Amino acid sequence: MTAAALSHTVTLSCQDDVATARRLARSIALELGFDAFAATAVTTATSELARNVVVHGGGGFMGVEMVRDAGRVGLALTFHDEGPGIENLERALQGGYSTRRSLGLGLSGSRRLVDSFDIDTAPGAGTRIRIVKWKRR
Amino acid sequence: MIPILRVAGHILVSVQTELGDDVVETFQDAVLMAIHNDRGRTDGVVIDITALEVVDTYVARVLADTAAMAKLMGRQTVVVGMRPDVAFTLVQMGFTLPEVHTALNIDDGIAWLDALHTPGTTRAQRVGPLDAPRSEPDTNR
Repeated sequence: MTAAALSHTVTLSCQDDVATARRLARSIALELGFDAFAATAVTTATSELARNVVVHGGGGFMGVEMVRDAGRVGLALTFHDEGPGIENLERALQGGYSTRRSLGLGLSGSRRLVDSFDIDTAPGAGTRIRIVKWKRR
Repeated sequence: MIPILRVAGHILVSVQTELGDDVVETFQDAVLMAIHNDRGRTDGVVIDITALEVVDTYVARVLADTAAMAKLMGRQTVVVGMRPDVAFTLVQMGFTLPEVHTALNIDDGIAWLDALHTPGTTRAQRVGPLDAPRSEPDTNR
C-alpha cells in the first residue's frame, strides 16, 4: 500500500475542528468516487474519532492520505492525541463502555464502519488510531 | 437560531445546521420552550433531519435525549427524513435508537402523532387554530 501525494493535516482542538475534519473527509471521499454509503460511513467514523481526540484526548490532529493498493483507491485517516490514553482498550472496543456521556459506541462503532482500524494507545501515552476505507469496486 | 413552526397542530423543527456542542443546548431549549409556550395547543413534536448528511452517535444521542425531555413534559416526538446512508451507518455502528419513534417523512410523522390522540381527528380540528402566528422566535423567557 502506498501513500499518494494528496495529504492534509487538520488540527483538532475544538468543536469547529471536528466539523472541519468531517467536511474534509466527506469531500475527499466523494472526490475519490466513493458511493454515498461508503462516504457517509467514513465521514461518520471521522466525526466519532475526531470528537474523541477533542473530548478525551485534550486535542490533537488528524492526518489525511489517499492510498492505493493493487489498483484500489482508498482514504486513510490518522487521529493523534497526547491525552491520557485508553486504559481498558478491549472493553472500549466492545462498545457500550464510556467514561463520558454518548461516546460508548463511538470507538466500537467506527471500527465497524471502516475496512481497517489500527489503534496504538497506553495509559499516559496518548492515542493514535489509523483507519482505512476503500472505494467499492 | 432554530426555526420552529407549527404544522397541523404539531411542532415542527427542521434541523438545518450541524448539531455541534454549541448548538445542542439552544436546540433542546427551543423545542422544550415551544412545547411549554404552546400551553397544550400542540400535540406532538416532529424533528425533520432530511438536511443532515451525517448523524454520528453524539447527534443521535441528542435526538434521543430531546425526545425523552419532551416526553417528560407530556409530548411525543417523531424523527423524520433520515437518509438511507445515515440509517445504514447507524445500524452498522450498533446504534438503532429503539427509544425514538421515526417516520419516513413529515406527513407520515404527523399521521403517527395524530393517531396517538383521537383517531380520525387532528389537534387543529379539536382546538382550532393557534390564536396568534408564532413563527417568530419565542422571546418571553
